Amino acid sequence: MKLLRNSYLALFAIYLVGPILVITAVSFNAKKFLAFPPRGFSFRWYAEIFVANDWFAALMNSLLIAACSAFLAVLVAIPVSYMAWRHGLRYAKALFSLGIAPFILPPVIMALAFLLFFANVGMHGWTINVIIAHAIFLLALPLVTVSLGLESVDMSLIEASQTMGADNATVFRTVILPIAAPFAFAGFAFCFVLSLNEYIIALMTVGFTVETLPIKIFNALRYGYTPVIASIAVVFLVINVLVFSLIAKFSNLSRILGAMD
Amino acid sequence: MSGLEISNVSKHYGAVTAVNDVNLRFNKGEMICFLGPSGCGKTTLLRMIAGLEEPTSGTIHFEGRDLTHVPVHKRNIGMVFQSFALFPHLSVGENIAYSMKIRGHSRAEREDRVRELLDMIHLPGIEDRRISQLSGGQRQRVAIARALALNPEIFLLDEPMSALDANLREAMQIELRKLQQELGITTVVVTHDQTEAMTMADNIVVMGKAKVLQSGKPLDIYKSPVDKFVAGFIGTSNLLPATFSGNGAVGFGATDVKYSAANGSFANGEQVLLMTRPEEIFVHKASETRPENAIEGTVTFVRDIGATIEILVDCNGYEVISVLTPKDDPDVHVGTKVFVEMPPAACSVLAA
Amino acid sequence: MTRKALSQALPLIPSSVMIGVFFLIPFVLILLASVATLTPEGDMAYGFDLSHFERFLSWFYIQRALFSAGMCALIAVLSLLIAFPFTYMLTTFSDRAKKIWLIYILAQLSLSEVLIAFSWQILLSRTAGLGNILEWVGIAEKSFAMAPSAGAVIAALVYLAVPFAVLLLYPALSRMDRSLIEAARTLGTSPLRSFFTIVIPVNRSAIVSSSVTIFVLTLGAIIVPQVLGSPEHWTLSVLITDQAIFNFNLPFASALAVVLLILSASVIGLVMRFSGGEK
Repeated sequence: MKLLRNSYLALFAIYLVGPILVITAVSFNAKKFLAFPPRGFSFRWYAEIFVANDWFAALMNSLLIAACSAFLAVLVAIPVSYMAWRHGLRYAKALFSLGIAPFILPPVIMALAFLLFFANVGMHGWTINVIIAHAIFLLALPLVTVSLGLESVDMSLIEASQTMGADNATVFRTVILPIAAPFAFAGFAFCFVLSLNEYIIALMTVGFTVETLPIKIFNALRYGYTPVIASIAVVFLVINVLVFSLIAKFSNLSRILGAMD
Repeated sequence: MSGLEISNVSKHYGAVTAVNDVNLRFNKGEMICFLGPSGCGKTTLLRMIAGLEEPTSGTIHFEGRDLTHVPVHKRNIGMVFQSFALFPHLSVGENIAYSMKIRGHSRAEREDRVRELLDMIHLPGIEDRRISQLSGGQRQRVAIARALALNPEIFLLDEPMSALDANLREAMQIELRKLQQELGITTVVVTHDQTEAMTMADNIVVMGKAKVLQSGKPLDIYKSPVDKFVAGFIGTSNLLPATFSGNGAVGFGATDVKYSAANGSFANGEQVLLMTRPEEIFVHKASETRPENAIEGTVTFVRDIGATIEILVDCNGYEVISVLTPKDDPDVHVGTKVFVEMPPAACSVLAA
Repeated sequence: MTRKALSQALPLIPSSVMIGVFFLIPFVLILLASVATLTPEGDMAYGFDLSHFERFLSWFYIQRALFSAGMCALIAVLSLLIAFPFTYMLTTFSDRAKKIWLIYILAQLSLSEVLIAFSWQILLSRTAGLGNILEWVGIAEKSFAMAPSAGAVIAALVYLAVPFAVLLLYPALSRMDRSLIEAARTLGTSPLRSFFTIVIPVNRSAIVSSSVTIFVLTLGAIIVPQVLGSPEHWTLSVLITDQAIFNFNLPFASALAVVLLILSASVIGLVMRFSGGEK
């Protein structure tokens, strides 16, 4: 039984981590062509990301878009979650469900919808398009995390602060905000990471004018491999791990994922 | 000096009546307990005094000022919640200083007051601890200190002992009462525990089904409850069905039992309840001479716990409990035929 | 409108505008575009033209839709089979180990599909992949390329789906009452048997809803089928992208998107009804 369990766990870990290890190994390859096991060892493909102007520009585009869209998504989500929670407004709850929908649909549908929309209003390939599109597409994440944060504010805490002389604005500033903020941050971080990695919506909104990193990688794949992609994959994975570790440190990861405390 | 006045206060939630036409008056500086089973409206009444709920009708005054429509944050109250409601994101010191901080008191002033309050609750030097590091009893003390930080006019506590262990509860009841007397602050405590109410209160308000059933000094309520509900809720009582017979006695089976007090006026032959307190009645073996004002029965259970002996007697199918001290020990066992002596001074009559 | 209602409505206006303008309107545009006409100049003229749906009804596209659905169903089953036992064990790990695994799984799950496709392309390539290892071990005489093939597409999509499966199953499994299993064990059930007779039935609704989510998720995959498959392995999502970006036929792309929408919605609806409407 124990043997069965351990060999299953080992196989699972190899399946999950194996491809990442291969990519990591490839990224340290010293030669121009891809090889595994790698030939030689070098950091040149990491340096390439920052030295080669086109890769670095794509990275900066992606980071800018991810940060702006995550910020926008959190801004849109906060009033909806707050009103649904604090006042139980039916309209806010309807808005909440509507805000979840884009994330559940296959992304290509939303991508096409954004393409049609921006074409119709004459906004051809503006960077703001992809920022808005990502914010709407990923809105579900801050909606859910902010709601979870607000639900963790016990009603008696609010009443306690009122009995001590706090008006509504003070209650919000001194009780609700500090308790819910880590969850809003988690929502921001989730959005940031997913926007950074998103391909199809970026392609259909700004694909011909702004090159994000995933778009550039996909374009590069068509003209043959370069180990730079492997080093980017490693860099992205490291960014993802860092962001989620931050969430785990400052917010309640288990709770956000829906588990019991 | 007039303290807290609650006049004709009712609270309805749709078709549900939570509090029904309550009228109460208390002096300033008294400790009042709202006592009753869950759902009797006691917490709603407390929350209306706090301003967390608005009465559907009626008024609440304190020292002549109408508080009825004053929003909660503008009343000068301190409240301890059932869950204590300590802010998890603030330290102990920050929790206690919360009300002073939002009113703009200086840092030095706040630190002094926090130190003073922590001394008062016998927990000096824990300012910097997190709430999660405190035990249940410590949390309660911190919640009390926080509520008292600004010297409120009214101190409200909602089931303050329910989150504590049984043995800690008793000590805290005494401590809270001492603190309240020291500060001379008008205090309202909601509880469902009658011992707690008896321990702490100047005045007890017994509530049931959204109404006030009886209010008064604890011992007055204990000695002459107005009805069988209050009699059952405050202390243990024996209630026997009896027939009213006019000449200062009621009939239980074939026996006439004399009583000293009747709550209400009854007609001859009316069905009533004969109430006695377990510690005021005695048990004698049937082989001894029959005492006055006694009924017959059979012992069904004896519980000797050293300090007291509790004897359960079956009298005509009704259970009577007698609590005796070891020196009154009648030496009976399960199955012994006995006389249960009910001195007239211990007997009162209630409506059935 | 009372003051209170107004003060509650005001903060919702910006969010309402954002969601209304940038979700509802684009969504309606897809529906409109799917029945619009493509002019010879390549522009769209809105109208009520069902020709794109007629075009879909040719055997080629029906076949693609059936292939997409079938492959995604297979992937949902495979990824759940792989992920369920792990998630079950994960809930018994120490808090620290749990946290590390969850962070890694979240990180992998967020990794761009482009990068996953690239990794698997390397993994299955002739020069840098598994083939090399097989050659080295001596199983294969000479290294060979394993992509493009249906197997490659499925392997990579399952890889993509497994982290999602773990996270979807995790809440239900971590909330499961462990005493149920202990009770079964005291009644003489073997560990393996209690897994099949207790753990799986108790979490049935979580399993069903997770598999539906994975199905819809993989329906949306675009890059893996393109990079690791040949055109006969392309799914509806790939065809939609192809029509929209490279053939500039937005009405037909929209019609295919509507088909995809109906396909995912009906699978969700069907399975939810079948499983008794549980969440």
